[in-house]
This record gives sequence, C-alpha cells and structure tokens, in this order.
Amino acid sequence: MSVDMESIQHLASLSNFSISEKQTESLEKDLSEILKYISQLDKVDVSEVEPTYQVFEMENVWRDDEILEQEATREELLALTKEQKDNQIKVPKVL
Amino acid sequence: MKVANKKVTAVRLVEDALKKAHEFEDYNIFTFIDDAGALKKACEIDRRIAAGEEVGRLAGVPYALKDNFLTPAGETTASAHILQGFNSPITATAVAKLEAEGAIMIGRTNLDAFAHGSSTENSYFGPTLNAYDKSRVAGGSSGGSAVAVALDIVEFATGTDTGGSIRQPASFNGVYGFKPTYGCISRYGVVAMASSTDCIGFFTKSPDDMDLLMSIASGKDSKDLTTLDDYYGLSTGHATASSPTSPTDSVGVPQAASPVDVHRIGVVKEFDNESVDAEIRKALESKCKLLKSKGYEIVELDMPALKYALAAYYIIVPAEVASNLSRYDGVRYGFRSENSKDLNGLYENTREEGFMPENKRRIMIGNFVLSSGFYDAYFLKAAKVRTLIIKEYEKAFETCDFILTPVAPNPAFKLGEKVNDPVAMYLEDLMSVSLNLAGVPGLAIPAGKTAKGLPIGLQIVGPRRSDKSLIEFAKILEDEE
Repeated sequence: MSVDMESIQHLASLSNFSISEKQTESLEKDLSEILKYISQLDKVDVSEVEPTYQVFEMENVWRDDEILEQEATREELLALTKEQKDNQIKVPKVL
Repeated sequence: MKVANKKVTAVRLVEDALKKAHEFEDYNIFTFIDDAGALKKACEIDRRIAAGEEVGRLAGVPYALKDNFLTPAGETTASAHILQGFNSPITATAVAKLEAEGAIMIGRTNLDAFAHGSSTENSYFGPTLNAYDKSRVAGGSSGGSAVAVALDIVEFATGTDTGGSIRQPASFNGVYGFKPTYGCISRYGVVAMASSTDCIGFFTKSPDDMDLLMSIASGKDSKDLTTLDDYYGLSTGHATASSPTSPTDSVGVPQAASPVDVHRIGVVKEFDNESVDAEIRKALESKCKLLKSKGYEIVELDMPALKYALAAYYIIVPAEVASNLSRYDGVRYGFRSENSKDLNGLYENTREEGFMPENKRRIMIGNFVLSSGFYDAYFLKAAKVRTLIIKEYEKAFETCDFILTPVAPNPAFKLGEKVNDPVAMYLEDLMSVSLNLAGVPGLAIPAGKTAKGLPIGLQIVGPRRSDKSLIEFAKILEDEE
C-alpha cells in the first residue's frame, strides 16, 4: 500500500492542514513506509475475533443530571483566547 | 526519599533541587523552572512543620512534572508550539493529589511534542540529552522527566506512557519507570494522546518510592470515568465490593498473588533474537539466573501475536490521536496563526505552523485508517488483533506470575540517528506497546550497563491490577552496585 500526492492532499484537508509541495513529497515517502509496515496485519487471521476498543469493557456510566462545581470560571477560560470582544471569542470571517 | 522535617527544611530540599536544575541546563531537561513558586511552597511547608501542623507524606519533596500535565504554574505546552501561551486555569487530578501530600513541583520537563516519539527529539524546544552520554538521546517521550531523576535533580518525576513513553526513557537513563494498569491514575487534566492506552505513571530511584507514589496518586476520580476504584485495595486483597458502575475485568485476567506467592517468571521466546541488542539479552539472562538461584522457576513463553502489536498500535493510536488533536484550532487557547483570511484559513495555518512533523504524520495516518474504504482493513482489523494480544497475555499468566522482557531493543541511540526515519523510531516501541494495548502494568527496572557504560533496562509485566505486588517483586531484582 502506498499513497500518492493526491491522497496526501486529501488527508491533509481531512486533517485541516495547509501543506506545502515540499512537505507533500516527504509525507508521501514517510506515510507510504508507515502504511507498508502496518499492512503486515494482512497476514493475521481474525475472522472469528471480536474487536477491542477499550480494555475494561465499560458500559455507560451514569450520574445525576446536575450542574457540578467547575474549576475554571467563564472569565478565566475566555482570557485564554487571543482575541475577544464583548465576552465572545473573536475570529476571522466565517464565509 | 528525603522528606522535610524538623531537621531538614523544605526550603533546603527545594533550593538544592533548583540549584541542580540550573546547573544541568545544557541537558535541556526543563521547559520551565518555577524558582519563585517552588520556594514559596517550601516556606509554607516549613512554617507548618514549625507550628506542629500536619504535613503530608511528600512534605517538601521536590519533583519534576512532565509538561503535558495541566496546572496554573507556568505554561502547559506539551512541548508543542500550538500550546505556547496556554496558562491552564485547572489542575490535573494527579498533580492535586501529589501537592496535597506536600510535594513541590520545581519545573516542567521536556517531551516529544504531544508525547509523539521515542527520543524527545520531536520537541519544539529541542532534544533532551541522555544522562549518561550527551551525544545520545534521553529516550521518549518522557525524556526530560527520566533525565531529571537520573541526574538526581529531583526525587521523582511524573510521566505518561501510551506505548512506552515512561519505560523506554527510564531504561535509557537507569531509573525505575512505571506504567500502571490502565485506569489506575486519573487522566483528568493531562493532555490526551490516545485515550484507550494513555497511562499516568512515575520515574523514581527505588521500588519503595514507586509504591508510595502509586498509593497516593491512584484511585477513582469522578472527572475520569475510566479510573478504577481503589486499585491498591484490590491488588492487596483488601478490596471492598466494587460499585455497580465500576469497570470490570471482562477478559478475566487472573490476578497475581502477593510476592511471597510468586513462583514462575515467564520469558518471551519471540524477543530472544538478533533484533534485540546482545548486551540486553545478556542482562536478561543474568537476571533469570539470579531468580533461579533464589528458587524461582523460569518459564519460556510462546507469544506469537506480540509480533503484530506494533503494527496494531500504529493504527489504533494514530486514529485516537487524530481525534484527540482535532481540538487544537487556534481559537480558544494556545498559539493562533496571524493574518488568516477566514476561519478555515485560521484552522489550517494554526495547525500547519503549530504541530511538529511527527504530529502531522500521526494525525494523517489516523485519518487514513479511519476513512471510508480503509476502516475495515485497518482500524477494525487492528482492534481485533488487540483482542488476540489480550488473550495471549491472559494465557501467559495462566502459566507464570510475571513476565520479564527487555524494555527496548537497544540502549540509548545517538541524537539524529532515527529522527528522520519514522519506522525506525517506531521499532523502539516493539516490546513496550503490547502492554498498553492489553492494559496490563509494566515496571522498567535498571539492569546493569553496557560495555560503553550505557544503562540497560528490563521490564516486569504483570496481569491487570497486579501493580502493587509487581512493584514489591522488583525489589528482588534490584541491582547490587
């Protein structure tokens, strides 16, 4: 399995990166090698095996629907952003 | 470890640690040293001791914090440009527990950005140097923490281990490094990498210190619903009935008995070949001899599924990484790229400029293995191989109490040797990742040195929730120097 320039661009857009042409080339090489390595799983027979997504198969963990005490205040959290106006986070135009 | 009391003041302990931290600046261990904050806390501990007030079990003990734990002291960067400027208003549960016992953080330690790496070279702040040879890597991703303990700057340091990030740097620097059973220590307030394998643990100079830290830091936390209830109670046989919502050991891995009942130690046949450095295999052999002389039986284990652990790991973990790192967009905190025309441009430019190359590779591989058309062949397949690995450990622990293996295939390698070859770097994790996939604990222990004087590390692997007896068993294997 290898990846071409076009699929690198597609993966970059899925990942929200804008990558340069030079980067695309090195990523093409690196990702192809990684994919080659992980493709060795082709050899394993897992036809009768169930997948594991988490080691302690937890079911839903419920708690009462109530507001818990929060460690950080709204002001503290807003202060982390680069630009804010009228208690809102300011970003460049959306459209 | 040295705790402050009426004879040794906390200020003295902290001043010594800070002095050493500055002396060893050329190792690039710390991303931040908190001189003023640490001394202020030390004064407070001394005041309480003088006043005859209760102080905790870690009163005045200086420690180093891997820079992916959130606290308001300094910026939490995870050694990544994209988090620069992030001053956390919240404190990680593990940090809160340590500080409640009087431990004093003197600085934040360097790591591979977002803990992606096995050498600490993939840090925005440059590599940390090995404690025994400055031309070599510290290991990673918790390289800074390992070197801080190895150079005796601090009594202990925190780490995170997603696939070997505590054990491998511990082995490269000759200290103890513990990755507990999944869920032992709350992950709340720790920068997430791969949520199904991330574990919090420690670097120490002795098994006793590890035991003390585990007894303090472990336990159920309502802020991390994957935490186990008082696991220490479970492993020592003093468990109370677990609550209905507590996670259960679904695969029924048998629990190890207390150390006095440990009889059989397994060694893995698949790791005894040329892919592992000859001096490391020799160190393993000599520890086995030591065990035999003390009456333990050495059992040879066939674990063929383990050779697929690394490939499965480098599918599952990037998938979780791609998901966990999607939150970094430059909007709410950390670094934000300037001069973007629109919101999408801001996301793309911030992520492009803010992540290190290895972060990008993992995010892209993750999005690849999860994307439509490839999900079944990669992610689902890897999740099934993970089940095979769990079953293989389950089977192994039917015939032995603990398993002894090398941590890494080689001692510390040269700076620059592997950093541009991602697959070569991944192979560092060959013998460490299967534990994370299976959720079982592993303790890296010092096991002598190579002819060149580089530390060798071995790991003791136990069944889930055997953590306490595993740490106690490590005392039997302590290096005699």
